[in-house]
Amino acid sequence: MTWTLIILLALGAYGFKVLGLVVIGDRKLPPVLDRCLALIPVALLPALIVSGTFSVGHHLQIDARAAGVGAAVIAAWRKAPLVLVILIGVAVTALVRAIT
Amino acid sequence: MIEAWREPRTRSVIIASVTLGVAVGAFGFTFGVGAVSSGSTVAQACAMSLLIFTGATQFSAVTVVAAGGSVASALGGALLLAARNGVYGLAMSRRLTGSLGRRLFAAQLTIDESTAMSAAQTEPDEQRLAFWITGATIYVFWNLGTLLGALAGTAINPLTYGLDVAFPAAFVAMLWPLLRDGRARLVAACGALICLVLIPFAPIGVPVLAASLAILLGVPR
Repeated sequence: MTWTLIILLALGAYGFKVLGLVVIGDRKLPPVLDRCLALIPVALLPALIVSGTFSVGHHLQIDARAAGVGAAVIAAWRKAPLVLVILIGVAVTALVRAIT
Repeated sequence: MIEAWREPRTRSVIIASVTLGVAVGAFGFTFGVGAVSSGSTVAQACAMSLLIFTGATQFSAVTVVAAGGSVASALGGALLLAARNGVYGLAMSRRLTGSLGRRLFAAQLTIDESTAMSAAQTEPDEQRLAFWITGATIYVFWNLGTLLGALAGTAINPLTYGLDVAFPAAFVAMLWPLLRDGRARLVAACGALICLVLIPFAPIGVPVLAASLAILLGVPR
């Protein structure tokens, strides 16, 4: 992690917040833009999940992480709270690593 | 504030907002642990939570950098995730009026939870109260959690405890409530697929960024 990245992200993240709340305010956006912007987390989160679960650099592999994330998916599906989903994912990964 | 506490109607809003704020803020601990275990210093982890203050963006940047991605690819994915706070700002702008200074301050607290908590209220005064209290409580606990997590993370080997899975598991928990309809599920599946297909070939960080192309499925009605 570099300080340059942190500063750029801080400026960018605050910029978006100000853009919406203060600059644009309650002016209307075209509905198509509204729909696409709302889908950003829906598109990016699965990508972050698969890369954090299966990738080692440029390789794809199935290891203890897949078991942990699989358990987290089951926990989320059973409507467990956020913190519990994380704890289950972490605990199952540690357990699988310990016994293999 | 004291008046709002005396009145039962607004008191229940305060209790719900503080409860949510503390619960989500505690999740900052995970960020602190994960950030230092993937190469950030304690000061950098704390600076991210103080200045960037939007969870998914912070997690995403740290994940891409830890995997060896370039600054540009880490910045791209993280900023795309930050863009949705702009949309929340649009939604909140009708409720959060007042001086420019006050609105610039409110902007930093405009995140998933404060917007959602505010949207869940019916009366304008309750909506404002829910926004400010949820936002402020999360800010305090998110930063406190980050500091404690970062300090704890430097003391242990994160792999032994499976802590490298804390981020993907957190993303699972964040994604789940968003998969309400068929279109969202299709976009999610495409995002995952684009990323998986590109991992062997594209520079690290780029597959995650490219997954954002899946939002184009939102163009048709």
